[in-house]
Formats: sequence, structure tokens, C-alpha cells
Amino acid sequence: MNQKKFKSQTFPQGGVHSADLKLSADQPIQPLGLPQTVAIPLSQHIGKPAAALVAVGESVKVGQLIAKADGFISANIHSSVSGKVIKIEDVMDQTGYKKKAFVIQVEGDEWTATIDRSPEIKRGIAFSADEIRAKVMQAGIVGLGGATFPSHVKLAVPEGKTAKCLLINGVECEPFLTSDHRLMLEHGEQILIGVQIALKALGIERAMVGIEDNKPDAIEHLKDLTKNYKGIEIHPLKVWYPQGGERQLVKALMNKEIPPPPKGLPIDVGAIVLNVATCFAIYEAVQKNKPLFERVVTVTGSNLKKPSNFLVRIGTPIQQLIDVSGGIPEGTGKILSGGPMMGKTLLTTDSPVTKGTGGIVLFDETQSHRKEMLDCIRCAKCVSVCPLGLEPYLLMAMTDKNMLDRAEEERITNCCECACCVFACPANRPLLDYIRYGKTTVLQRMRSRQQK
Amino acid sequence: MNQKPLTVSLSPHLYSGLSIEKSMYGVILALLPALAVSVYVFGLGVLYLTGIAVASCIAFEFAIQKYLLKVPVRALDGSAILTGLLLAFNLPVNLPWWMVIIGSFVAIAIAKMSFGGLGNNIFNPALIARVFLLISFPVAMTTWPKAFAYRLASVDGRTAATPLMLLKEGLLNGQTMAEISAKLPDYGQLLLGLIGGCIGEVSAAALILGGLYLLWKKIISWHIPVSMVATVFAFSGILWLVDPAKYASPLFHILSGGVMLGAIYMATDYVSSPMTRKGMLIYGCLIGALTVIIRVFGAYPEGVSFAILIMNAFVPLINRYCKPHRFGE
Repeated sequence: MNQKKFKSQTFPQGGVHSADLKLSADQPIQPLGLPQTVAIPLSQHIGKPAAALVAVGESVKVGQLIAKADGFISANIHSSVSGKVIKIEDVMDQTGYKKKAFVIQVEGDEWTATIDRSPEIKRGIAFSADEIRAKVMQAGIVGLGGATFPSHVKLAVPEGKTAKCLLINGVECEPFLTSDHRLMLEHGEQILIGVQIALKALGIERAMVGIEDNKPDAIEHLKDLTKNYKGIEIHPLKVWYPQGGERQLVKALMNKEIPPPPKGLPIDVGAIVLNVATCFAIYEAVQKNKPLFERVVTVTGSNLKKPSNFLVRIGTPIQQLIDVSGGIPEGTGKILSGGPMMGKTLLTTDSPVTKGTGGIVLFDETQSHRKEMLDCIRCAKCVSVCPLGLEPYLLMAMTDKNMLDRAEEERITNCCECACCVFACPANRPLLDYIRYGKTTVLQRMRSRQQK
Repeated sequence: MNQKPLTVSLSPHLYSGLSIEKSMYGVILALLPALAVSVYVFGLGVLYLTGIAVASCIAFEFAIQKYLLKVPVRALDGSAILTGLLLAFNLPVNLPWWMVIIGSFVAIAIAKMSFGGLGNNIFNPALIARVFLLISFPVAMTTWPKAFAYRLASVDGRTAATPLMLLKEGLLNGQTMAEISAKLPDYGQLLLGLIGGCIGEVSAAALILGGLYLLWKKIISWHIPVSMVATVFAFSGILWLVDPAKYASPLFHILSGGVMLGAIYMATDYVSSPMTRKGMLIYGCLIGALTVIIRVFGAYPEGVSFAILIMNAFVPLINRYCKPHRFGE
């Protein structure tokens, strides 16, 4: 790897350098076999759960709409398999909560007729901005970087704001994960067409793709491809977590700071941020009429026999992905959905893959436990690594002492939960556990204050 | 699937591997070059005295944790060793052993453990002990051996004033700077440390070398040392430019006494220094300013210890008002 080839950009405040551990970077994306049953939750996105359209006993086809977006901030859900809906029941998803889901018994693999399954790349964009938004909404596309925010909402610029630049997130700054990396290598052109479609929907001309420079092959590949795609620039970024955070990406590429949450959004500085996988999904939805019912998932871990990247139908039990990668290794203590910095631990491997599942990481028992918490030695590491300029040690203490007014004043609600503070803490303090609790409580209080 | 239940916890699931021990032992390692120079300059007595200080600090910490507070014993986490080492670095090599032990007791029992142990003390323990000893035993604490005195055959003439004492006394006796300068070591000697003084204060070069290691390992940041040394240099430089006959040169000020030791190893003590970069700069500058004020206008020839302790008391206030740049605001 020759990283010196690029002059890489980065964000200037905070952040940590963590190990790469991209074990599956060289594994091509393989389609995973069809499962026997799938469990497709009605809520796989931020916003209201979708409303069910089919009943128990009905037969469905691949790509058939089975639940309709309920309101503007919600997303359609499509069947990922053909077969019969055998029940609608509560299924534990990756957050550990039980959510209503269609359980579908798979029979054959019959796709709805409107989906274009031909392999050739469709380049010309024949749709207007409104048509694109409608198709994206129809296809149930949400942010595939993990936040799962409905994409059609992002493609509609709110009144009073102007879009200036589309930022494409190909950073993949979490250790271990490689699904976006593989997608850029194998479907780079489709991603760029997806970017063009998004540009057209937004009515702007300029897009910047940010990629961490530990993926030089993806940078080279997309740079070559952009010769034919005007207005799309490829920007190498330094390997520096959380480079892929929305705020950090906008700062690194546009040198602008998004105002703090909950009000501040990228559009406030003229930016719209989409993940590369989301752009690929937009391409498939608009050019191929294909709704979002499958995605690329990395399955990896230091002891796993075959770290892999799979193209997986939504609703497939996670256990099946692990089985094909060589099974759960002896002594596995923890299984994550998502990367090790922000991922959630699974309670059970029966949980289904959802739209937001980018990776499954298996940890050995020896790496699965926290070390004993010691007193804060006030080394200020947490303050210096916080990319948002917060003081985690203080926020933890304020939460612990129930001094929530002070926590609010110290901007606890700005926290993006990137976990740099806990990563860096030499005294093994669970700073973020406290901050999450304090932040949730403060947000609730702010909301009830507004209602008064 | 016949598997143990999975561990469920909140993110992150990966850590940097930093630990209190790594930081503390890193600082200890960085102090070793200065210790080596000191052994060369003052003889094996340095190791004897340092050994007593370190051993007694560990012993007090162990005893208090185990028998008094009945908390898990962490006497070897490096912090007690570091306190002992820094205490020894602030003492003249010919100090009686029992005074050293009293110093260790003050540092560990009073300045550290009575506040709740590592992380909870307001003041730098080693400096509290040094100042306690200075006030309690002023003669013993200001009787400095000459460099290489251990090689002399006779007992007479083994001690001498430090450069800063020469300066202060000379000025008090109405001597001019030129007369005093004749008695002072040159800058090369100051830098290498071939002078009288505390165990750890002598070699600025060795201390800077250790400081560079700490910066490289990211155990400390540059903010406190640089702002403190720069302020001492600038402030004493202004005075010197105003009247070079009355005030010593800025280079003399930063190379003599405890400026380097204080700036790199004492003022940067995690526990008693500010939490934000901005706070660290203010803290460093004020320590530098107080040091010069005490040295030039105060009764004591040296002011680094007092300056750091005074500023330790202001750290909560600095933390209250010096906030990092809040992203997006």
C-alpha cells in the first residue's frame, strides 16, 4: 500500500487512530444462499414504523411492497424473498428490542416482473427530480451507513435552505468493516451513476466522495471512473476515526461546521451526505426498478475461519451468515452488529439482517469484557480526543451527580456517541454509558419544556 | 447451537490500550536520563536518596490503601514511584534520610491519600512535600553540594550556593550584574547540568530529552511546558532589556533552577493541571509569570514550586471557564 500517493484531508479537532483490522478487504462480495425463512421488521429506519399491507397466509414475491411508509419520515418495506407470510410476530432485532416483523416461509425465488435483472449498466438518467424522489421513496431506501434515515427526505431540500454540494461517504472508518470498500471496487460505476441521480434530484452539480486512504485501490478505481462523470470529485481522507461521522466528513471536505444537534443538519451549511451503499441502492431503484431488499454485509472477526462480504436478503438470520463464514469460533464472547466503535452487541444470532446492518463482528471471550474502572486521573485525554469539543469526564460526573442543568449547559446533547473518549481513557471509565443516559434524559426534559 | 450466552455491552468494544501504568512508567522512564546525569554530578548518594524516597512513598501508599482505607492496593501503579522520584529530584543530595521519609509521608499521606488517592488530589504531592521540607528544615534544604563534591577528599568546601542563590544574594548585597555574573556558571554548564542544586534540576538537556520522549509518546502535550518556559523567557527578558545591570538574562532564568523540571514534569502532572488546551496555556503562562515574580521580587531565590502550587489551586476555576471549541458553535 502506498499511502503517500495521496494528499489526504482530515478534520482538525479530536479523533483517535485505531487499528485497521480489515480482514475481509480482499474477499469479493458473494451472494448468500436463500434462507428458509426470513423475518422482516416493519421498523428498519428512523421514523415511524411502516404500515403492514399483507396478511398472514398471503403469498408474496421478491420486491413486493409489504408495508407502506407511514408518514413523511418513514420508509417502505419490501419482501426480500418469494413465499408465504406465515406469521407476523415480535422479533428481537439488533438493538435488543422486540419489533413487529413479517415471518415469511421461502418458496422458490420469484421476482416481481418490474425489476430489471439484466447485468448491464444503465447510464442515461431519464427521470425528473420529482420522479427520482418518488422512485427512491417507493424503493424504501434509507441511509445504509447505519443511521437508516429515509433517503427521499434528504433528497428534498427544505424550504429556505440551499443545497450546494453532495458529499458521498465512502470513508468506512470503523475497524473491521469492508462492505462499502468492496462495493466501491465492484460496483463503482453504479455508485457514480447513483451520485449523478442524487445530484439531479437536488438540482446541483457538484459531489465529493470521501474515502479513507487505507483503501487506495478504491480511490484509484473511482478516480479512473470519474473521468466520465463530470462534477464528481474523489477525495482521499486520512485514516482517523470518526472520519466517517457526518459532521467530521463535512468539516474535512468543505471546511464547514454543521451547527449542533438536534437542530443542526448538513443542509444548514449546504451539504447533503449520502453513503456509497445508499448511492448504489439509489442507482438500482431508479435505473433498475429494484427496491431495497438486499444489501452487502461484512462478516468478520479475528478468530473467524472465513471473513467474508455477502450480498444478503433483508431478514436473513445472522446465524446463517456466520455459518457460511465457518461457524461461530470456539470461545466467542461477543457478537456485534456494526463496527467495534459504535456497533451494538447481539443478544441472539437469530436476529435478522436489516437495512442498517453493515457488518457482523465476532469477538473472542478475552476481548469481550471491560477492565475494572479506576478513578479519573484527569489526564484530559477524553477532552482532547472529543471531535465535538466536549468534556466527557465532566459530562459523566454531571450525569452521575444528577446535575442535568449543568450537563445541558455543557452541551451534553451535542454528543454523537463516537466513543473516542472511552477508547482513549486510561482509567477504563465508562464515560459514554453515563453520557448516553444523561443525554437522553436532558433531551426528554428539553422536549417537555417545549410542550409547556 | 451450544454456546455460552453472549456478552452484551454498550459500545465501544475496542480500546486504545492506554493505561495509568503506561503513562506513569513512561514519565518515570523519561526521568532516567536526568537521574543518570545527577549520579554523575553528585555521586551514588543520589541513588541512595532516590531509593529511600521511592521506597517510602510506595510503603506509605500500600499501608494506607491496605490498612487505613481498605481499598484495592494499587501502590505499584507507578504514581507513588513517580511521586517519590519527583520528590527526590527536588531535594539536595546530602539531605538526611529521615527528612526524606518525612517528605514522602507528607506527599503520600497528606497531599495525596487524604484527598482520596490518585486522581483526587488538588495539589502536586511531590511539591507539597518539597515546600513542607523547605519551610520545616530551611537550612538542610538549602545546603547544596557542589558538582563533583563527592570526589573531593576533604569535607570542607563541599557545599556551595546554587546559581539562583548567588544571584539573589548578590543582588541583595548590592552587587552589580557584572560582578555576579563572574561567579555564575556559563550557559553550557547550565544546560549540561554541571552545577550545584537539587538532584533533578541540574541538567536542562537531560530533562528536555525526557520531555521530547513524553511528547513523542503523547503522554503530555506541549501546551503547559512551552507556555510556561516561554513566559519565563519573555517576562525575564523584558526585565533584562529594561535594566541588564539589575536583572539576569532570560536564558539564565530558563536554564537554572527548577524551570525545566517544573515545566516538563511537575506542572504537567495530570491530576493537578487543567483539562483543556486553552486552560493549559493559561495555566502554563501564569506559572511562568509567578516564577519570575517570586525569583525577582520575592524573598526566595527560586519560585517554581510555589508558582505551580499556587496555580494548582486555580485549576478548578480555569476548568470552569476555559472550554474547548464546541464544534459548530
